[in-house]
Amino acid sequence: MWSWVLHRITGVAIFFFLLVHILDTALVRVSPEAYNAVIGTYQTPIMGLGEVALVGAIVFHAFNGLRIILIDFWSKGTKYQKVMFYVVIALWVITMLGFTPRHLINVFSH
Amino acid sequence: MSTAVIDEAAPAPTPEVIESFTVTVIIRRFDPEVDEQPKWVDYDVEMFATDRILDALHKIKWEQDGSLTFRRSCAHGICGSDAMRINGRNRLACKTLIKDLDISKPIYVEAIKGLPLEKDLIVDMDPFFESFREVQPFLIPSSKPGAGKERIQSVADRARFDDTTKCILCAACTSSCPIFWTDGQYFGPAAIVNAHRFIFDSRDDAAKVRLDILNDQEGVWRCRTTFNCTDACPRGIQVTQAIAEVKQAIMRGKP
Repeated sequence: MWSWVLHRITGVAIFFFLLVHILDTALVRVSPEAYNAVIGTYQTPIMGLGEVALVGAIVFHAFNGLRIILIDFWSKGTKYQKVMFYVVIALWVITMLGFTPRHLINVFSH
Repeated sequence: MSTAVIDEAAPAPTPEVIESFTVTVIIRRFDPEVDEQPKWVDYDVEMFATDRILDALHKIKWEQDGSLTFRRSCAHGICGSDAMRINGRNRLACKTLIKDLDISKPIYVEAIKGLPLEKDLIVDMDPFFESFREVQPFLIPSSKPGAGKERIQSVADRARFDDTTKCILCAACTSSCPIFWTDGQYFGPAAIVNAHRFIFDSRDDAAKVRLDILNDQEGVWRCRTTFNCTDACPRGIQVTQAIAEVKQAIMRGKP
């Protein structure tokens, strides 16, 4: 249940990120100055923290997506779904432990 | 020394008093003739640890408020009449013991979700049984057995669908499914379980028909593997597993 709820929430969040991302990237066709101005606002600490949330959402969605594929296509997938959920959480924690400190040092050392 | 011997020889004649507890049960009541909205009403009942939620409902109905309405038939987990939401989980009231719940807090009891509420703990089960009928849950053989013979099946072939024969159609699974809550058109886990029971039966020859019915926008592909149905099933059926097997059978085109 909670894996599904998190999968939905992260999925919708990633969708809205992609929407904004396509719009801001498309700005380069409008004018390079406008593009630079918008991308410049992303270089703030608040956006840096937002990026941690974004990467967290994508990492969970990716690992849990693999878990769902295994549930659907591996004959023992439903039996080990709980174990696989804990593995997803563990992989998420490991990935975020690697990413977050390095990223935040970059964000706050500018 | 002597007292100890006497004590051992003559155990206390008074019968052991079984401990009872005052349990608060909060029931979501709804009388369509009076109420606009369902409301939570609490009742205090004296219960033993070995009593069931169904006993609490009986005590309330018989001793406190005769208007409390709920379904129950066999009261022993076979008929599937008394599925309800107990502390937020779908359970059979007749199989949920007081000792398995935390009675330091009140126990919340409400009707199962996703089906139209009729009164108190009773919902309209018609949409549920409609989906059940749609998957043709009966044996459809294409050949007749020899005169005076039975349809022979090996132990392994019987074991293939053993799990899904246990269904008692209580609707605990279907009404625990978040997809079913928002999309009443979805067949629901119970209908798929009962389709599975015949799709994988070696004596049955209409698997293609049933797979076709379930290969629908509102069929098995609505399942998002939340596993709520597996957790809710009072018979311990691996519901999500059965749905996954039907999905794979549709992709293969045969059971």
